[in-house]
Amino acid sequence: MPMYTLTINGEQRSVTADADTPLLWILRDELNLVGTKFGCGIAQCGACTVHIDGVATRSCQMQVSILNDAKITTIEGLSKNGTHPVQEAWKEIDVPQCGYCQAGQIMTASAFLSENKNPSTEEIREAMHGNICRCASYNRIEKAVKVAAEKMS
Amino acid sequence: MKSQKHINFSRRNFLKTSVLASGGMLIGFNFLTACKADAKMPVAIENLNFNDFNAYIKISDEGYVTIFSPNPEIGQGVKTSMPMIIAEELDVEWNKVSVVQGNLDTKNFTRQVAGGSQSIRSSWTVLRQTGATAKQMLINAAALKWNVDATTCKAKKGIITNANGDKLGYGDVVKEAALLEVPENIKLKKTKEFTIIGKDATNVDIDKIITGKPLFGLDYKKDNMMIASVLRPPAFGQKLISFDDSNTKAISGVKEVIQFGDKIAVLASSTWSAMKGKKALQAKWKDKKLESTENHDKILNEILNQKKLKVRREDGNIKKAFATADKVIERTYHAPFLPHNCMEPMNFYANVTDTKVHLVGPIQTPEWTVNRVAKLLQRKVETIQCDMTRMGGGFGRRLYGDFALEAAEISSVAKKPVKVVYSREDDMTAGRYKPSVKYKIAASLKDGKITGYHLKEAAINGNMYGLIPNFFPAGCIPNYKVETSNYKSNITTGAWRAPYTNFLAFAEQSFFDELATELNKDVIELRLELLQKVKNTTDESIEYSGQRMEDAIALVKEKANWGKVPSGVYQGFAAYYSHNTHVAEIADIVLKDGFPEIKKVTVAADCGIVVNPTGAINQIQGGVLDGIGHAMYADFSFKEGKPVHKNFDTYRLIRMQETPKVEVHFVENNLSPSGLGEPGLPPAGGAVANAIYAALGKRLYKQPFINGLKKSNVLG
Repeated sequence: MPMYTLTINGEQRSVTADADTPLLWILRDELNLVGTKFGCGIAQCGACTVHIDGVATRSCQMQVSILNDAKITTIEGLSKNGTHPVQEAWKEIDVPQCGYCQAGQIMTASAFLSENKNPSTEEIREAMHGNICRCASYNRIEKAVKVAAEKMS
Repeated sequence: MKSQKHINFSRRNFLKTSVLASGGMLIGFNFLTACKADAKMPVAIENLNFNDFNAYIKISDEGYVTIFSPNPEIGQGVKTSMPMIIAEELDVEWNKVSVVQGNLDTKNFTRQVAGGSQSIRSSWTVLRQTGATAKQMLINAAALKWNVDATTCKAKKGIITNANGDKLGYGDVVKEAALLEVPENIKLKKTKEFTIIGKDATNVDIDKIITGKPLFGLDYKKDNMMIASVLRPPAFGQKLISFDDSNTKAISGVKEVIQFGDKIAVLASSTWSAMKGKKALQAKWKDKKLESTENHDKILNEILNQKKLKVRREDGNIKKAFATADKVIERTYHAPFLPHNCMEPMNFYANVTDTKVHLVGPIQTPEWTVNRVAKLLQRKVETIQCDMTRMGGGFGRRLYGDFALEAAEISSVAKKPVKVVYSREDDMTAGRYKPSVKYKIAASLKDGKITGYHLKEAAINGNMYGLIPNFFPAGCIPNYKVETSNYKSNITTGAWRAPYTNFLAFAEQSFFDELATELNKDVIELRLELLQKVKNTTDESIEYSGQRMEDAIALVKEKANWGKVPSGVYQGFAAYYSHNTHVAEIADIVLKDGFPEIKKVTVAADCGIVVNPTGAINQIQGGVLDGIGHAMYADFSFKEGKPVHKNFDTYRLIRMQETPKVEVHFVENNLSPSGLGEPGLPPAGGAVANAIYAALGKRLYKQPFINGLKKSNVLG
């Protein structure tokens, strides 16, 4: 199996894996970064969202072989000790129920807010539409993104 | 409604205390029916092993409190709310309390099951007694130290004081307290004295969730663990004939292929290899009996038209009421199968060795699962350890430990630690589905009144559980009959969030809306009129309270501005009692390009005392949106035994832009709390359907609504 060097959360990490292995499984199985979740495997639910060069990306669809030059950020590297404004807002609003999808939600929200500093409610709802929360904590996700936007402005 | 049963018990039997070798005090606590005289009390927390574990609260020398929450957490918030109840009566500051998931201990925790919204309801008194008793023991120990009468001492926020103004922290007296007799006749706090119950407490796992720490079953790892991806018969009713695994074995990382029953497990060193290996299997299947939704539809209709069904409740004389009616209205309602679709796909770890079995994972029924694994592997229950992880959703699916049994069987053959991991496709196609159900409801009207009500249920595999026939409108209508029957299918079905009532409430609440239209009455006025009849009922079998339902309805009517909304806003009402909680909901919709858009749902719930408001609101909001999502969009069917949908590309779940704001209000009272994981869901579909009728004049009889709306060309 070939070896790949990836830049994840600011660190160089080397892994040996088949070329077609999705980043999701590299993170979870090889690097022990299990905050990125498996939900559907076909980029429909958003549970596996990470940042690749700052853009919210479904890690279940990104093959390890094409990520040589990419800067990858996972939920574990979003901030030190959970202090990113989006994480703080999630805590303040007490968003999670089961909590499983929330890392993906937070990664989508944080990438969105880095592009749009002062989003409208409609823009927030559109940006978060791709992430499924099966517990349907959507009201709180919406509110937390608003609170995070205020924190970041 | 039945009065709450008071349980008499001796505190001596349910509490045991011990000094910890490592310092501090351990308070062993048993739920009532699990009180066993021979319960062993460990002397050191380090020595605890999961099978004889019976500790519940640990108070350290420094006064810090650790509470072991015994109930599985599936997102319903009991890992936060149950410890809050103990901390309240123990009288410690919530920020000095840490909460740890207790592991399976069937000897000492009863009802260690998440399901039926009963966790809080069944443990309320016991949790309070535990906290209050521990507090009294600490006070007694301080009084002994001071040589004063304990009645002159008080405790608050972890500090004990006496009349002289002396102070001792709980941590200062734990060693002494642990050796004292367990006191009897402890007084509980008055509800107005509560300082923790009723205040918002953030989810105790919040920091781990927002930073991506391992918490869930899928995150669990052990050295040398293999990942197993399992190929199951693609259609219900198929059997395995043979398979070829040569392509599978050529895939790097694949270590072993194991057949068990009609299933084939591919064991690999990584999840990706295991999944690829499974896809590469070539299997031949034999068709036995393949069922399709089309057939089920016919069969369920036939059942509804049969003369003989099982009578579940009968009052008065239905036949006479219908024969003498001015008008009879009869409607049929239909719901499809539904998969649970927990966001965390099913998974379970098992390590079966010659002497022991270790199981780890997300499970709503740990005890039942251990017993079944014991039977399957012919092991003694005592040799099986089951650790529970946080669950990425349950909704009923994780009641069925089929995935744990698979893991145990594979591990026992492979003689290796194995974790079975379902793909989404596995999860959606090897379900324990909410059964497809049809209701036929008929009512007789005479002189502007509803004189008779006749409900028939036809369902796949099983029928509504025992108490449901005694829900509304039982007791409100003099001639009343509920009958059920089912068809046994080889498609596996099971409990799905708010079993049966999830759809029954829609059918019934839509039907009452239609009756109100027919009688030319406001639907809320009609409901309140009907409820008067059960308010002073002497019928002990009636499961709901007319008064509490009326209170919830009055509150939702006021908060939603029923009937006073601006033009262009259409409202729909539904109220339903389930899982001991009364809930009333009003949906507000507008039309956007002729299509209904749900803007807001106002909810009033009577769940007694609200333990943790932030958690309670979250549960109701989630329940309402879950109810709307599935009523609007969820369609699931079978063709020749095969599920038609396999993943979220074709199976639709509610997403952000389809969600209304859910505004939650609670009826304030001092009654014992009841659960909230489920009761918010059942009324939601009815409220939305009734609002759609108000807007479009179109009645919906089938879920998902989206199909009916498409057919009427509302959707372009």
